[in-house]
Amino acid sequence: MGQENKNNSAQKARSGSNAVRMIAALLAVGVLSGAVLVLVYKYATPKIEMNIQGEMKRAIEDIFPDAVKIEDAKDEKIFRIKDAGGKLLGYAFIAEGNGYQGTIKLMAGMDPGLSTLMGFDVLESQETPGLGAEICGKEFRGQFKGLSITHPIEYVKNKKPGKPYEIQAITGATISSRSVVSILNGEIEEVRKVLKGGK
Amino acid sequence: MIKDFTKGLWKENPIFVQVLGMCPTLAVTTKALFGFSMGMATLFVVVSSSVVVSLIRRFVPKQVRIPMFTVVIATFVTAADYFLKANFFQISKALGPYVPLIVVNCLILGRAEAFASKNNVIRSFLDALGMGIGFTCALVILGSVRELLGSGTIFGYMIMWEGFTKWVIMILPAGAFMTLGILVGVFNMINSKVNRNKIETHGVR
Repeated sequence: MGQENKNNSAQKARSGSNAVRMIAALLAVGVLSGAVLVLVYKYATPKIEMNIQGEMKRAIEDIFPDAVKIEDAKDEKIFRIKDAGGKLLGYAFIAEGNGYQGTIKLMAGMDPGLSTLMGFDVLESQETPGLGAEICGKEFRGQFKGLSITHPIEYVKNKKPGKPYEIQAITGATISSRSVVSILNGEIEEVRKVLKGGK
Repeated sequence: MIKDFTKGLWKENPIFVQVLGMCPTLAVTTKALFGFSMGMATLFVVVSSSVVVSLIRRFVPKQVRIPMFTVVIATFVTAADYFLKANFFQISKALGPYVPLIVVNCLILGRAEAFASKNNVIRSFLDALGMGIGFTCALVILGSVRELLGSGTIFGYMIMWEGFTKWVIMILPAGAFMTLGILVGVFNMINSKVNRNKIETHGVR
C-alpha cells in the first residue's frame, strides 16, 4: 500500500513537472518568436510604408505623365493633378472593391471634364498570379486610357470591343476584369458627386 | 554528410519524388520568376527553421514538439513575408497570399520533424539546404515550362517567335497539373534508365 502511494505521488510529481516543462518550453518559444517579430516589424514597416507611398506617386505619374503637383481635393481619396504651369490635368482617385480573391485597390485618373478616363493602376490585389493578376499588366490597363465614361464602362469577352465605353476582359480572368470595371464605375459616380457637389 | 545535402536535389527531391508542398508549387509557377522567388522564400524558411529546431531539439518536450516547430516556422515565414514586402514590393504583390501560406508547406514541418529534430545542426542545415535548393530548382523548371508555353517568355525574356500562339491553358491551374505530371514522368524515366545502366555495367541486381 505504502509502496503504491509512493509510486503514485512520484508519478504525479513527474507529470506535474512535465506539464511545467511543456508550458515553459512553449512560453519560451512564443516569447522569443514575438521578440524576433517585433524587430522584423520595426525594420520592415517604414520601408513598406514608403513602398506604398511611392507606389501611389508612381501610379499617379503613370496616369498623368506631366503631373508635378498632387493636391488633396475634398478628402484623402481624390487628388487634383496639376502640371508645372499649374494647369489642371485632371483628378486622380483611389477606388477599392472586391476582386476574385480579396480586395482590389486601384488608382485611377479622369480628365478635368470628368468625361474621359485617363487610365488606372493597381495598388493592391491578390488575384491569381498569371491570370487575374494580369489586371496589373500593360495590355489590360492600356484599354482604359482615353475610355469614354459618359456611359458606364462595359466589358466584352473574346472579341474586340466595339463601343467607346467597352473593354475586353482578360481570357480566363473574367471575374477579375469584371471587378475592375464595376469598382471603377462605382467610384467614378462617387467622385463626380463629390466634385460637383463642392463646386 | 554530403548525402544529407544531395539527396534533396535528386533522390528525394521534395517535388518530383516526395510530392510535397503542392499548393505553392501549382499555384505560383505561372512564371519562372515567381517560381524562383517562392523557392528562395521557402529555402530561407526551411533552412532557418531546421537549424533552430535542431538547436532546441534537446529542450523540446515530446508532447508539444509540433506546436513549437510550428511557431518557429511561422516566425520565419512572417519575417520572409515582411522582408519581401519591404525590399521586393512588386514580387511580393505578385505572389500575394502564397508567401504567408509557406507556413503550411508540409515540406518544412516534414524536415523539422523527420530530420532536424533528430540530427545535429550541421547535418540539419545541409539537409534543409539540399531540400530547399531541390524545391527551388523544381519550381523554376515548372515555371519556365509554363511561362514558355503560356506566355512565350522565360524570366520575362521573349523566347518564342513573333506570332506564337500562347497556350493559355498552361497558366491556368490545369496547365500546372499537366506540366507537373509530365515532369514527374520524365524524372522517373531518367531515373529508371540510370538504374538500368548501373545494373548493366556492374552486372548485379
